[in-house]
Amino acid sequence: MLKLLKHFGLYFIMMKKVITIPEKWSAFRKQFVFELTKIGLNSIGIVLFISFFVGGVVSIQTALNLQNPLLPKYLIGLASRDSLILEFSPTMISLILAGKVGSSIASEIGSMRVSEQIDALEIMGVNSASFLILPKIIASLCFFPILVILSMGIGMIGAWIGALSVNITTTDFLYGLRYEFISFYITYAIIKTLVFAFIVSSISSYFGYYAQGGAIAVGKSSTEAVVYSSIFILVFNFILTKLILA
Amino acid sequence: MIEIKNIEKYFGNNHVLKNVSFTFERGKTNLIIGESGSGKTTLIKILVGLQNKDQGTVLFNGEDVNKMNNKEIRRFRKEIGMLFQGGALYDYMTVEENIMFPLSMFTDKTDDEMLERVNFCLKRVNLKGKNNLMPSELSGGMKKRVAIARAIVMQPKYLFCDEPNSGLDPNTAILIDNLIQEITEEYNITTIVNTHDMNSVMQIGTNIAFIYKGEMWWQGSKEELIKANNKELTDFVFASDLFKRLRRP
Ligand SMILES: Nc1ncnc2c1ncn2[C@@H]1O[C@H](COP(=O)(O)OP(=O)(O)OP(=O)(O)O)[C@@H](O)[C@H]1O
Ligand SMILES: [Mg+2]
Repeated sequence: MLKLLKHFGLYFIMMKKVITIPEKWSAFRKQFVFELTKIGLNSIGIVLFISFFVGGVVSIQTALNLQNPLLPKYLIGLASRDSLILEFSPTMISLILAGKVGSSIASEIGSMRVSEQIDALEIMGVNSASFLILPKIIASLCFFPILVILSMGIGMIGAWIGALSVNITTTDFLYGLRYEFISFYITYAIIKTLVFAFIVSSISSYFGYYAQGGAIAVGKSSTEAVVYSSIFILVFNFILTKLILA
Repeated sequence: MIEIKNIEKYFGNNHVLKNVSFTFERGKTNLIIGESGSGKTTLIKILVGLQNKDQGTVLFNGEDVNKMNNKEIRRFRKEIGMLFQGGALYDYMTVEENIMFPLSMFTDKTDDEMLERVNFCLKRVNLKGKNNLMPSELSGGMKKRVAIARAIVMQPKYLFCDEPNSGLDPNTAILIDNLIQEITEEYNITTIVNTHDMNSVMQIGTNIAFIYKGEMWWQGSKEELIKANNKELTDFVFASDLFKRLRRP
């Protein structure tokens, strides 16, 4: 419990240093573009791959569960759509990104810490927390939503192919996909994603920034980054769903 | 010139620095020597402000670092160059970008002016033309030299080196020592080098502080050191056979 409080304290001290106006915009822009590539572009492949297959599985499973002849076929499209938009794309993709992006952020910053690169920044008079972490947080806030929207699109294509494989017609599927579409669900998904993006990037940076020791410490910090990011994603998923939808 | 007075430092119950006072002189290579764990790195980190001290004063040219506001500290940091034990080069930047980094952050120089300064510093550490290598492509000695180039690119008034030649072969170590010595005299910098390498001590030691278990045990020049009669000091200095022989007339 005391340890948890200490973590919170240090996290907020760090965030206070992070959230400042960059000292030099050209340097910030360079770091930001660098992070966009690393955090965003490099994750597109895995997000598309997973979304396609999960989309397919969701529609096949829904089809199997709805074999009652009284239920209309278009329900499959509708159910796949809602589970992708509400839960799978924002939450699952964020959890996957917590593993991929979170561990890479923590190990990158952690190894800079143990090899004294962060000290070297401080000695030069650079605010190391802001210089390293702010671009990562902003890049995550920009790119997570893009990835999640991509995931929704590809997931639905996967769901369509899954539906075809269990003899649901394209017409039925598309009808369901459009049936009583609530656009607020997308807004809700994006809000969740933004919160998760902040959680993953800031918590992972925190564990890297306070890594202490050698290579083992770096490994430990990246594991902790993934574990705590995931826990906080799940907790906030619950809270946000309650607040926004219920 | 840097004066430190009555520095005290605890890590928990571990009393690491005990009432340490010393004067580091301008235009000279000042050495801090002592065995592993005696508190050398801690002292250097306190000097540059990377570590807090529990008590005492640090005066840079008479100015108390503790009494500075943020703006003054930032200005002051630009007068400091530091060479870290492992080099601490930014590993996603090339040699050129590493050395240029402080210039691009803190000056309004044009790209051409910056490049000119970078090339000058690279030439100074005998690494002309290595601009586009990555740190991972450099040997240990080359990394140290790039780190020196980065430390002097802003023309610092104070240069701190934490074990500049640990992990290097004797020839390269001498090369680095000489480079630090030359740069110090050339630009009249206050240089502080922290080492347990007796070769360096004999090579470049003009103003030496010997720290023993966190206490300032002895100070003097290398000539005085050879003749010194302090048991702990001689045990440390003449631990190797070579130096025992050196002592015999
Ligand atoms: N961050 C820290 N937290 C706790 N104790 C520390 C810390 N840094 C150093 N110490 C302790 O302070 C003492 C002095 O360490 P320091 O690194 O200054 O020694 P040193 O003289 O530089 O040794 P070496 O020659 O091996 O580098 C040691 O007992 C070490 O365990
Ligand atoms: Mg040390």
